[in-house]
Amino acid sequence: MSGVLARGAARVVEVLAPGPYATVQDLGRPGLAHLGVPCSGAADADALRLANRLVGNPEGLAGIELTFGGARLAFHAGAWVAVTGAGCPLSAVPLDAKATAAAGTSGTAVPGEGPPGTAAPGEGASSAAAPGGAGWRAPAAGAGVPFWVPAGTELRFGTPAWGLRSYLAVRGGVAVEPVLGSRSTDSLSGLGPEPLRAGTVLPVGPVTGLEPIVADVAPPRGPRPAVLRVLPGPRDDWFAPGALAELCAEPYTVSQDSNRVGVRLGGRELARAREGELPSEGMVAGALQVPPSGQPIVFLADHPPTGGYPVIAVLVAADLPVAAQLRPGDRVRFTTHRRA
Amino acid sequence: MIRSAGEHGLIVETGTLEVSHRLDALLRDDRPRGVVEIVPGPETVLVVAPGADRARLRATLERLAAEAESATAGAAGSGEPDLVRIPVVYDGEDLGAVAELAGLSPDEVVARHTGRELVVGWLGFAPGFAYLTGLDPALRVPRLGTPRTSVPAGSVAVAGPYSAVYPSASPGGWRLLGRTSLRVWDVTADPPSPFRPGTRVRFERA
Repeated sequence: MSGVLARGAARVVEVLAPGPYATVQDLGRPGLAHLGVPCSGAADADALRLANRLVGNPEGLAGIELTFGGARLAFHAGAWVAVTGAGCPLSAVPLDAKATAAAGTSGTAVPGEGPPGTAAPGEGASSAAAPGGAGWRAPAAGAGVPFWVPAGTELRFGTPAWGLRSYLAVRGGVAVEPVLGSRSTDSLSGLGPEPLRAGTVLPVGPVTGLEPIVADVAPPRGPRPAVLRVLPGPRDDWFAPGALAELCAEPYTVSQDSNRVGVRLGGRELARAREGELPSEGMVAGALQVPPSGQPIVFLADHPPTGGYPVIAVLVAADLPVAAQLRPGDRVRFTTHRRA
Repeated sequence: MIRSAGEHGLIVETGTLEVSHRLDALLRDDRPRGVVEIVPGPETVLVVAPGADRARLRATLERLAAEAESATAGAAGSGEPDLVRIPVVYDGEDLGAVAELAGLSPDEVVARHTGRELVVGWLGFAPGFAYLTGLDPALRVPRLGTPRTSVPAGSVAVAGPYSAVYPSASPGGWRLLGRTSLRVWDVTADPPSPFRPGTRVRFERA
């Protein structure tokens, strides 16, 4: 850690360990698909929006998207944060007293514990506390609650009990340099910041003028049944009669090579009625694209803006965040949804 | 025909790239409320509009699609699209192979590549990667059997009926004719690309 960070208590979050895969995400780069730019943004956008609301941020500020938890983040200055999405056990330890805390003598917090009091949080009120020093008090770290992380704290994320992607919002937002109007890492095109690694230092934006923190708790929504509702089309006519029924007949298994581009599935093959290639056309998030293997891919945030394989159906918008939380090995069912 | 692509998307079947471009121009000139993305393709235009009044949007799209299809729609949009001139040093690794496949001399390949005005069909594959249509049919060659793991930014290439300029370094299987110093992708510029669907393009020997 640099002396500047230690002494100046800079408003940054330092990544000690990113876990399996972690990126900065906001709501992406909508409006540039015609230039070949994927939308990108938080895969579970609902969860990021909620985390931002909990700390009084505008919903579209950038936060951190963790995949399978596992991250360790250092706070050299105090900050209000909230964690949403996949249910990660959280713990907090003083930065310079890890050995003690790891032994479980102090500093761990129970997930879902109540809010840190109802008094209006003062910006930087506790930032005078010396890192790891006497001023450090274990925060009431838990999912779905805004909590104050005192200066000199290491926040640790365990492995989520359910779901895949967790979101950390920090009051003021992660303020890395935007690219084309967004701070999101686009794993497909490489736009935006590099994925997080040990040593990445993320600046935090100003907190002046933000809404006060008003929510005490937004209960984590917990695991949801892995049933995804789809609207047929736009290219269901490219498939054999009964292909939609096949899609909905039996669960599919989420493949290991799923990522932010899409959830790859294995299960019943969806047979085509026509051969040949579809002229390239625009793709939407939630599309079930079917390559020649007949095994569908559910497009997530980093999906390519255009594609040449037919889309048999598209997820109902409300189910996109459910798809974004599917883990490799999960079983998921589809059901057709009739427009109201 | 207009197809549904989920709750937020509508795909207008235009049948041809020209109609796609005209519809795209009409939509951008007078963007219907709530429209976030307009993505032209060779035979379609995808319109994404979360929260829009869908029935109303569909009616608007039907009207504009009919307008774009009518023969008199040549003047649709904001007049003649820009012409982008691209200076090329024709020293690409595949120039010889393309010449051989085309049964031409390398000089003739260059003459045919610079001899026509091309039009940006659509962008895809990578940010700023424009599929340029209108290539001289003599230059239609298949992609490489094995794509290169890295093609430098600014590479000028052909494959099938298209030509392209690689906007950034990436893997690629197109055949390289040469390179340009013109930056065709710059995230600090607004817009980041000189290309958009419908842009006219002329390659010139540097």
